Amino acid sequence: MGNWLVNHWLLVLILVVWLGLNVFLFIYTFLTYEMSDKYYYTREILGTALAFARASALCLNCNSMLILIPVCRNLLSFLRGTCSFCSHTLRKPLDHNLTFHKLVAYMICIFTAIHIIAHLFNFEHYSRSQQAMDGSLASVLSTLSHPEKAGNSWLNPIQSPNTTVMYVAFTSIAGLTGVLITTVLILMVTSAMEFIRRNYFELFWYTHHLFIIYIICLGLHGLGGIVRAQTEESMSENHPHNCSESYQKWGTHESKCKHPHFEGHPPASWKWILAPIALYIFERILRFYRSKQKVVITKVVMHPSKVLELQMRKRGFSMEVGQYIFVNCPSISLLEWHPFTLTSAPEEDFFSIHVRAAGDWTENFIRAFEQQHSPMPRIEVDGPFGTVSEDVFQYEVAVLVGAGIGVTPFASILKSIWYKFQRADHKLKTQKAGHAAFNFDKATDILTGLKQKTFFGRPMWDNEFSAVATAHPKSVVGVFLCGPQTLAKSLRKCCHRYSSLDPRKVQFYFNKENF
Amino acid sequence: MGQIEWAMWANEQALASGLILITGGIVATAGRFVQWYFGAYSIAAGVFICLLEYPRGKRRKGSTMERCGQKYMTAVVKLFGPLTRNYYIRAVLHLLLSVPAGFLLATILGTVCLVIASAIYLLAAIRGEQWTPIEQKPKERPQVGGTIKQPPTNPPPRPPAEVRKKPSEGEEAGAAAGGPQINPIPVTDEVV
Repeated sequence: MGNWLVNHWLLVLILVVWLGLNVFLFIYTFLTYEMSDKYYYTREILGTALAFARASALCLNCNSMLILIPVCRNLLSFLRGTCSFCSHTLRKPLDHNLTFHKLVAYMICIFTAIHIIAHLFNFEHYSRSQQAMDGSLASVLSTLSHPEKAGNSWLNPIQSPNTTVMYVAFTSIAGLTGVLITTVLILMVTSAMEFIRRNYFELFWYTHHLFIIYIICLGLHGLGGIVRAQTEESMSENHPHNCSESYQKWGTHESKCKHPHFEGHPPASWKWILAPIALYIFERILRFYRSKQKVVITKVVMHPSKVLELQMRKRGFSMEVGQYIFVNCPSISLLEWHPFTLTSAPEEDFFSIHVRAAGDWTENFIRAFEQQHSPMPRIEVDGPFGTVSEDVFQYEVAVLVGAGIGVTPFASILKSIWYKFQRADHKLKTQKAGHAAFNFDKATDILTGLKQKTFFGRPMWDNEFSAVATAHPKSVVGVFLCGPQTLAKSLRKCCHRYSSLDPRKVQFYFNKENF
Repeated sequence: MGQIEWAMWANEQALASGLILITGGIVATAGRFVQWYFGAYSIAAGVFICLLEYPRGKRRKGSTMERCGQKYMTAVVKLFGPLTRNYYIRAVLHLLLSVPAGFLLATILGTVCLVIASAIYLLAAIRGEQWTPIEQKPKERPQVGGTIKQPPTNPPPRPPAEVRKKPSEGEEAGAAAGGPQINPIPVTDEVV
């Protein structure tokens, strides 16, 4: 645990700061709307739901601002590159950008729920006080628009007892954009579930572009100015502390209090999201520009079990181990970009990917190269984008476990270790690396190409771990996995079991990479 | 997009709609909103939809991740046979279920999402998809013999180790005792 904290302190700090920011913004806004005098009359109708709605709205603005930033992968790579002198602990958070994006998305979902529930109560309260005949302060406030309609100083958006909340919701900008934005959010979330994303990537990719509607609707949402506060001028004529008791006498000769006047807020969301939108537009332009750069395919290899290896070159391309690129093939699909881990080592003069047939796009891709048409289909490349594989080189002993196509990041690492070894790179601490590869093809073995499998069945992890522990009794062993969650569970258990209680003896550290 | 199983996404969307219906329904009922009985309906419909959609169907190709504890609902959903297997029926069912919830603002979001789910199910049905239950695999026996890569080819009684080991290099050619033991008289185990 201590070791994990040392490596990940910046991530923890960022998380704590982000959560703290959300909590602070929520509480600050909540107290403003709950305590402030200019909302006294508004609160008279709406109660505490007003504060909940506004506080969650501010947090939604903040999180909507944050959510676009982690997906600006080119800009993050640029940041990573310029910080190359920083220790890799400082650069680590940049590699967890997608995790942060998901966390912010979950937070948006939670605040959306609070916001909607609060506003449902608000609408209901407005409707009730408009229909109320009991002469209460709330009903008096609700009738305020009638003489002052020209002055636009109403409080209750529901102007007549016959207007339903449904009508107001769908005829106000806020209501309409609200329903649209939430529908779009739900569609984005359901198509981004891990199960859908992993198996039907294209569906996720296209549906997620609905975020454009989300951003537009968010910018327009506050245009109606439905949330109203008492004006400064009105507070001097009718201060709630003095005048709220005598509401029946407002505007009459007996009382100094005039009718209160209200005004709505100008929309504020656009101020929050303008900068990230600009950043993101710049990012897309950058991706487009980079994708137009020429990619030369130097070698195409068809491996058994329908795996295609492509070796390519691109001017100015430089990579690190375990990074990935996005590939687009206009002849298959103009708009789709698919991610692949780089299987070549940085020391080589080309970069390569191994592509497995896993869906429409990959099958068409492999077929396009199988047919050996000349000229070869043009491809576009965006990247490389970073992951955390450099950790491998920090361990004296590294155990790399890859399942199926999950062997690809480790191919890159192993090749790099070999090159570093060849060139006697002093930064390489690794003295020994063992690789366990699974393959699921029934006919041939992916590593050796022979009909005889490299391993028969699953390795007995207990045996493997105890063998490593016996062979390296005093070493720190890093265990790296790129594969399914169930395998991660068993490996993590073995790491705990075989790590010695004595910190000087063998220690196993488990790292699960999400490529 | 030819290989996308739309039913999988429709399932996620319908499950989300169910949860939203329940939430909206609770808000409307607890707050005693106008026409709150639509909210009560919404809760019931939401629960029903969640139960129906919780068990994920099997993918046509590849392995399917089960939802936690779905096997109990799978057994129930399976009982209805073609009613739950056919996605046309599900599309119509969701469309009908969504209508009453559309009368209340608190639950209209659930209606919209459920209508979308219904549309995706319709698309799935047109493309010939079906709900197939994920069957339980028989429990794997504990891998006691997992490390035994070359199990003995002779049944007991086996000759002593030295006699067995000597011709073990040529084991591919045949067992040491020249093939499996054939008992001249049937042998029964007489355990009391």
